[in-house]
Amino acid sequence: MNQQELRDIEYRCIEEEQPTCQAACPISVDVRAFMGKMAAGDVAGARKILDRTMPLPGVLGRICDHPCELACIRQNAGGALAVGDLERSCVMASPSGGKPMLMPSKGKTVAALGGDMSSLTLAWDLAKKGFAVTLYVAGDKPGGKLNDISPDVLPPEALAEGIDMLGRMGVAIKTGQTVDAALLDTLAAACDAVYVECAGRDLCGLSRADVDAVTLQGPKPNIFCGGWPQPDGSRSIISLVAEGRRAAMTIDRLTAGASLTTSREKEGVTKTRIFTSLKDVPAVPRTEPADHLAGFAPDAAKAEAARCLQCDCMECVKVCEFLKHYKGYPKLYARQIYNNLSIVLGNHYLNRMIDSCTLCGLCTEVCPEDFSMAQLCLDSRRDMVTRGKMPPSAHEFALEDMAFSNGPDFALMRDEPGKDSCTHLFFPGCQLGGEPDSRIPEAYAFLRRKLAGGVALSLGCCGAPALWAGRQALFEEVVAAFKTQWEARGKPRLITACASCLAVFRQAAPDIPAVSLWQVMNEETGLPEAAGCVPAAPVAVHDSCTSRHDAQTQAAVRAILKKRGVPFEELPLSGRYTECCGFGGLVGNAHPELAKAITTRRAAASDRDFLATCAMCRDRLAHVGKRAYHLLDLLFPGKDGADAAARPDPGFSMRHETRARLRRELLATVWNEQVDAKAPAGPDFVVSPEVRAVMEARHILDDDVKRTLAHAEGTGRKFLDRETGHFLASFTPHRVTYWVEYVMEGGTARVFTAYSHRMTVVGVGK
Amino acid sequence: MAESLVYLPQSGDWICCSCGDPLEPRDASVTYLEGGFTIQVLTCPRCNMALLPEYVAMGKMLEVEQLLEDK
Ligand code: SF4
Ligand code: SF4
Ligand code: SF4
Ligand SMILES: [Zn+2]
Repeated sequence: MNQQELRDIEYRCIEEEQPTCQAACPISVDVRAFMGKMAAGDVAGARKILDRTMPLPGVLGRICDHPCELACIRQNAGGALAVGDLERSCVMASPSGGKPMLMPSKGKTVAALGGDMSSLTLAWDLAKKGFAVTLYVAGDKPGGKLNDISPDVLPPEALAEGIDMLGRMGVAIKTGQTVDAALLDTLAAACDAVYVECAGRDLCGLSRADVDAVTLQGPKPNIFCGGWPQPDGSRSIISLVAEGRRAAMTIDRLTAGASLTTSREKEGVTKTRIFTSLKDVPAVPRTEPADHLAGFAPDAAKAEAARCLQCDCMECVKVCEFLKHYKGYPKLYARQIYNNLSIVLGNHYLNRMIDSCTLCGLCTEVCPEDFSMAQLCLDSRRDMVTRGKMPPSAHEFALEDMAFSNGPDFALMRDEPGKDSCTHLFFPGCQLGGEPDSRIPEAYAFLRRKLAGGVALSLGCCGAPALWAGRQALFEEVVAAFKTQWEARGKPRLITACASCLAVFRQAAPDIPAVSLWQVMNEETGLPEAAGCVPAAPVAVHDSCTSRHDAQTQAAVRAILKKRGVPFEELPLSGRYTECCGFGGLVGNAHPELAKAITTRRAAASDRDFLATCAMCRDRLAHVGKRAYHLLDLLFPGKDGADAAARPDPGFSMRHETRARLRRELLATVWNEQVDAKAPAGPDFVVSPEVRAVMEARHILDDDVKRTLAHAEGTGRKFLDRETGHFLASFTPHRVTYWVEYVMEGGTARVFTAYSHRMTVVGVGK
Repeated sequence: MAESLVYLPQSGDWICCSCGDPLEPRDASVTYLEGGFTIQVLTCPRCNMALLPEYVAMGKMLEVEQLLEDK
């Protein structure tokens, strides 16, 4: 990712765009923050926010003509916020702030002809920037038409206070001046810049046509004009303010020798791409003060301000536990990830975050700009792998699991017995293959019976773990190896029982025709005669995130349930908007606690038993105690009559063992080949359920324990605790060192704890 | 140089099974990726087999492992 790519990615997320009210405000008052403070009853805090952007806040806050209200998102849900009345109420109820911070003197002089709102604003802004400003006014006091406003609306004291503040800021005011072309000429020659306020008349012979609309630069380079009435002749206070501010900005640029025109589109009324959903936002009617002049009563002000939606996007963060967990939003994350990837020396604090996205793609579905956090995280993982910066512990366990599934203990590719080529190839997937009661043999027998042309079988892993881990080369290797075998079988159509396998093959090997088992059953074979378990109550259908864009499969699943007479419900987020079970992207490896939170959140979406169509989804849900069926549980009778929705997550060791057993069973029953079970890696052992759970969480397999026991018992290299009689031994089969504390009871070990580490310690393991 | 940190088992009276000797605290060097340091753990004086307690492996050591992985 280079700087430009980062910019492009960042640009997509509109979270930092201004709310519509602020964008419509000619001086970009932070209305949202103002409303937040007002709603909290913090009037002084709200006033500070106005003081940040408003010149003469005690004046402008009382009389602004609030064009922002026309842009308020709330207008479609009860009416726009009463921004004008609230600002007025705020400045009436709060003492004026102190003197604004002034920058050191620039040694530049500016004259402003006229004393109405645009001149006052210009003087305010330039005084803050360190200019020496003098106002030239014709009458006996500054303020122009502000003096004509009813004292109930703008009390003379409020105006006097603002003008007094200008004085304290160093602005000189000359009254009783003859403001004409001669004065303008004199001042233009003497000062760095002159501003002419054309409030309602053609002052000094300048007309609007003589002035540049963006810079307000007039006929001479150092003469600037503004303060005209609106095109319809009306007077807009905020427009006057905006023009004074615009002219001040130009003068500042002029004296600094900067371009007068670049990036001026950020001033004044701006465009915003913000998106704020009104979904689930109840309409609440707009309230107004009983007496506009007196303003809102305090409680009424709070209530009206509380109607503000605090507009922002956050659509993706609302639906994603991962995005929520890191307390930001994609635009920010993109920046942080970019910085993380750019670090040469030092800590890469975000590695774990990059490895914690489930890559489920839900963010993209809900994002008004199609931001893909999944793509960003996956690209970053690939980048880390390429540069050798991927933490070894992040995915190693999952990759070893994949190696097991594609190794001699599980991998298998066979034509249907008696056929030397097949038109179909059943690919149940490694996770379903790890389920003790997967019904794979039954499903395979069923397909052979129902489909003409022969059904080959392939046991193995599709490569998803390598894909998710950012190990692109390894992933391509797995897919290529599969493709070679697929070609050798005569390019059969692939029938998968796992949504992830299907998505992986469709994306990485589009020339392999692939379809879900569910679609085949719904459209071609019909359903098996003998039913499986029958849920007692309606089930909630959980679509796998990897099937998000597979509407055909989703429809087939529902059609099958209907045909089976199983009542079902839709989860609030399903189909295209489904949520990940917490397995996707290998988040469980990089961040187990977060993965658990993701699963728990999904499980909480309905009290119903879930119906999953992916073994991993089912097991993840079971892992957090959620009752869940796999669709195959409903289609074929199981080995025992047990309650399928209640069966626990088999765990990693059990999955290995089950895969190996499934392979032996299929070879024996379908192809009449007997294979011996592999010799055990070491002595059998027993553990309490608590220790088993600890082993599972620490990713310690039964085989790791057995190998450690075998090593200790074989070599005698172990410690003995003379108090308890426990042995403690370590062993390093590969990269990780395992420790086991145990006693031997005959030929069987009783294991009290097992732990592991990756660091090499002299005198340990081996 | 600061003294290396000492990590003894939290309980037990440990001996080396092969040598039959009681253990004594000794320096053991620990390395991972580009990093390394020295700690003191119970070690068999005869065969040098070292005992790394669970609380160290799953605590401090895991922390440092992750820090080094993020370097
Ligand atoms: S709801 Fe609040 S933040 Fe949104 S546009 Fe209206 S005032 Fe602004
Ligand atoms: S977990 Fe899913 S929704 Fe969340 S950021 Fe990753 S891809 Fe997007
Ligand atoms: S949905 Fe998320 S990524 Fe998309 S614009 Fe909104 S905050 Fe940004
Ligand atoms: Zn010894």
